[in-house]
Amino acid sequence: MRKYVVTRRLDRLFIELYRIYNFVARFFKEVFLPPYEFKEIMNQCYEVGVRSLPLIALTGFIIGIVFTNQSRPSLSEFGATSWLPALISIAIVRALAPLVTAIITAGRVGSSIGAELGSMKVTEQIDAMEVSATNPYKFLVVSRVLATTFMIPSLMMFTILVSLLGGYVNVHQNEQTSFTSYFVQVFDAITFLDIFSSLAKSFVFGFTIGMVGCYKGYHSSKGTEGVGKAANSSVVTAMFLVFIEELLALQIINAIRAM
Amino acid sequence: MKKASPNIDYNQKAISIKGLQKSFDEFDVLKGVDLDLYKGENLVVLGRSGTGKSVLIKIISGLLKPDEGYVNVLGQEVDKISPKELDKLRLKIGFSFQNSALYDSMTVRENLEFPLVRNSRNLTRKEIDNLVETVLDAVGLSQAINQMPSELSGGQRKRIGIARTLILRPEIMLYDEPTAGLDPITCIDINNLINEVQRRFNTSSIIITHDLTCARAVGDRIAMLLDGQFQHEGTFDEVFATDDERAQAFYNYNFID
Repeated sequence: MRKYVVTRRLDRLFIELYRIYNFVARFFKEVFLPPYEFKEIMNQCYEVGVRSLPLIALTGFIIGIVFTNQSRPSLSEFGATSWLPALISIAIVRALAPLVTAIITAGRVGSSIGAELGSMKVTEQIDAMEVSATNPYKFLVVSRVLATTFMIPSLMMFTILVSLLGGYVNVHQNEQTSFTSYFVQVFDAITFLDIFSSLAKSFVFGFTIGMVGCYKGYHSSKGTEGVGKAANSSVVTAMFLVFIEELLALQIINAIRAM
Repeated sequence: MKKASPNIDYNQKAISIKGLQKSFDEFDVLKGVDLDLYKGENLVVLGRSGTGKSVLIKIISGLLKPDEGYVNVLGQEVDKISPKELDKLRLKIGFSFQNSALYDSMTVRENLEFPLVRNSRNLTRKEIDNLVETVLDAVGLSQAINQMPSELSGGQRKRIGIARTLILRPEIMLYDEPTAGLDPITCIDINNLINEVQRRFNTSSIIITHDLTCARAVGDRIAMLLDGQFQHEGTFDEVFATDDERAQAFYNYNFID
């Protein structure tokens, strides 16, 4: 009996893995084939990008202030508070901005995609698209995944900007550093690889968040409970994967730096 | 009782199904269904909840694949044609969903335009507007054109759902529980609309329901699905002129209790 239960669970796991593989592989097939849903892609870019701006701006600015404030005591012990701009820029550009942007958009956009597609699934709206000879995968999934993939890197650049401004406010208040002096130190500390690797990570994070939200929504079970589960598991799974990807990216970037 | 439609052509079949079987896990839903729908005919499929009525029309529209059997729709076997051919066939099939399945994020106009602009990309703005106005007029809801689905009543949502399928001028209409959850007066309106669609657009229709008032009002022929197979078939009176307790229980629940 126990053996039967284990086999059944293993079966389910492999079926689920196969379904995920098919879902992701279908994206790379459909994204290049016409018809292209430009209008829907633009709508989704607006939803993901523009509508996330206020939240990203506020969070990024606060993170800049808090991070600067918390780093000061350690540096002041060595009389090195003048290194604060460099420390802030490296921390924000290399790790904080991509992660914070990904986590905020996973919460705001990932859950909304999961809930929206989940509710469309349970109210048969996806079936309605299919029977009217419209490809629901292309219209719903491809447009949303493209939007998150391209908007999250843009939002990440914006997060870098507002976080550095937050850091500047704190540094200026405590060390009376000028705006020019602060940003000269900030840009001296970062390299092209820092910006490039963060952008590359953000593309991957964006793809992951969009794909997870769409997958969970598209395969949600019947009923309103399924919609809630889809929204919730979209966020949890996307965040978990983002952290794993961050860890992997760190290893790869460190290896590149060591070359 | 509905008078038989004069446009039925008993020499031409719109849908022909033989030996259709469908199971979900270990549960056999359809156990060898045979069914013919003639051109211009309204066929009502009656049956209890969970007997596979909706599964049947989802197989006809290609949303589900049959396990066994032959399903021919307008001369094409739905489970054997390519996805492109299936999309072309789907343009000739209108599917009215139980909960209307209107796109929540779009206005009524956008809901109606959605299948049109995706399948007839050469249409001008004026032609699209004319088609939208025509189908809205056909369902008697011209004034709702700029409303959101959430602002409509259950009956209005059903009508818009039907209008959205009519905009592609389908040859076959599939209605899934068209009167479920509606008040008796709205049910009469929907029944009249189904007959009007049959008359005006010359459609062949399958109407899935367990509402016998609806079945009597719209059905040229009734088929009763019991235990995964069609057990009784004919006019309304012929179907219920039987000693089969399962059919009688159905009749008694609707008209006596």
